[in-house]
Amino acid sequence: MNLDKSSTTTMIEFKDVHKYYGDYHALRGITATIRAGEFFSLLGPSGCGKTTLLRTIAGFEGISSGVVLVDGKDMVDVPANQRPTNMVFQSYAIFPHLTVEQNVGFGLRKDPRSRPEKAAAVAEALAMVGLAGFGTRAAHALSGGQRQRVALARALILKPKVLLLDEPLSALDKKMREQMQVELIKLQRQVGITFVLVTHDQEEALVMSDRIAVMFEGQIAQLDDPETLYRRPKTRAVANFIGTMNFLPAKILSESGGKVEAEAQGFGRLTLDAQTQVTGTATPDGAAVGFRPETLTLLFEGQQVADREVMATVTEVVYYGDMTYYDVLLDGTTDPMRLSMRNVFGRPVLDIGTRTRVGWSPGALVMFR
Amino acid sequence: MKFSGLQLYALAFLIFLYGPILLLPVFAFNDSTVVAFPLKGFTTQWFQNVWNDSDLWQAVRNSLFVALSASVIATMFGIFAARASTRYRFPAKGGIMGLILLPMVLPDMIVAMALLVVLLALNVQLSLLTVILGHVLICTPFAVAILSSAFQSLDQSLEEAAYDLGEGAISTFYLVILPLVTPGIISAFLISFTISLDEFVISNFLGSKDKLLSVYIFGQLRFPKSVPTIMALGAVLVALSVALLALAEYFRRRGIARTGLKNTGGFL
Repeated sequence: MNLDKSSTTTMIEFKDVHKYYGDYHALRGITATIRAGEFFSLLGPSGCGKTTLLRTIAGFEGISSGVVLVDGKDMVDVPANQRPTNMVFQSYAIFPHLTVEQNVGFGLRKDPRSRPEKAAAVAEALAMVGLAGFGTRAAHALSGGQRQRVALARALILKPKVLLLDEPLSALDKKMREQMQVELIKLQRQVGITFVLVTHDQEEALVMSDRIAVMFEGQIAQLDDPETLYRRPKTRAVANFIGTMNFLPAKILSESGGKVEAEAQGFGRLTLDAQTQVTGTATPDGAAVGFRPETLTLLFEGQQVADREVMATVTEVVYYGDMTYYDVLLDGTTDPMRLSMRNVFGRPVLDIGTRTRVGWSPGALVMFR
Repeated sequence: MKFSGLQLYALAFLIFLYGPILLLPVFAFNDSTVVAFPLKGFTTQWFQNVWNDSDLWQAVRNSLFVALSASVIATMFGIFAARASTRYRFPAKGGIMGLILLPMVLPDMIVAMALLVVLLALNVQLSLLTVILGHVLICTPFAVAILSSAFQSLDQSLEEAAYDLGEGAISTFYLVILPLVTPGIISAFLISFTISLDEFVISNFLGSKDKLLSVYIFGQLRFPKSVPTIMALGAVLVALSVALLALAEYFRRRGIARTGLKNTGGFL
């Protein structure tokens, strides 16, 4: 999170955007604002409309109704080649018949600058993405990571108002992907351009974004900064899509003075803050309290840190080295809950069937109505 | 060295395929009007006969004119059809593409007869033009097949990237699409050219007194005296055909190398 980016200038605005493909309703009333200079992500499962939404910004998809504004201008009659946006494609779309230099300089064809000035701009863009000296290489001979950098340089050299990134890291292996995530964040801070990223990888979105719009079935389910999204998801669907969330059936007993009295399976009676801990509207599944795997603690012999305690039985142990994942059945509940413990020095790894105390705190819970 | 049964089979197969063709140059240089072993002596007389035969040259000119026209037209059609089939969706696309490719497997005899009947019914004078028409019909499927694979391997986001970087439809076509499909276009042109050049059935049925090379050769075979001359001509044609096909394959492979795709097999 970059708290210094307190800019509230609007760069992109969607007003009730709908998109139909024949009978298929791909975008169902998107209303959202993307701020100037922020790293914004569209996150969702495949088919949720995130790529379609990105392409409406680029101008590759028309919209059926609604308004898309970029930098205050309605984009309805502006073709893709005149929009102040540039795109990094999922396949990178590097022109295979051109050299790296020619690719990066492709958008400068109509630039009135002189040849040496353009060459200098190309060299500068290549240096920015860490490809200094690669200019004369043939584009088709590059590795995946290098193509990605060429695509970035080719888009950024035009100094767009918005850089659109369509799943740019999905073709890279894990190591390379993590490295590029950090590089992209640094690059975005350096150039200060608004980045809009499409991804289906929740971890990637959490790591990179200032704000994230989670999309399901053509609608934005929640738009928040990563921490709010993780701590206070508005719906069970969002909670499940981002990280792991455990749910325990619960009943609301009373509501008054900003406090909610509830009774949750396994936890018993508890009081929650209506403003920060209770979310959503009534669902047919009934109310439930949710918690993240790391917010509960398996207490070992003599340990006394938690607010409250409940007894539980270990039903599954998955050892990851730095972490151990446990499935535990809390007394008085019917389904095992997933907990994660950091393997700090002195903490034993428990066996399946072990009885253990579990520490918890009402403050770490979220209530879904 | 020991050969297994399969290796012997492969060898026999290759001899069966290419043995007769290899005999062409042998007899083309043989100093005898009788095409038979044992060979008599070495001569280049038959090649001189070929060189001095004015009827033959006229037939060559006719054939080149027909082949050039037919392959240019077929390649153009191929570009249109390939672009449409790979880039756009339209109703009954599968059926339409199937019908375009069908003449590839239709017997030439059927095509030739059908065309002849229609042309006569329409009172069209048979000429080189009618032959071109027939050749376009049989060359187009090959051009479409080759060009479809060229256009297919073109990532659509390349076009979008060019738009995104400020280019319009026309400049995108000549800056990005054309350079990437040019090897396919050349390859389609050369294959069509080769097909048209040695086609006989349609050339014979739809031709007039302006004879094409293949028809002329067939006619000459009736005269035993001119058989060695035909052998010499045949040798030249084989050399030319192989050169053309090799050139077509070279361009196809270069296209694959350029776009960094996998070779999925071609005509050679």
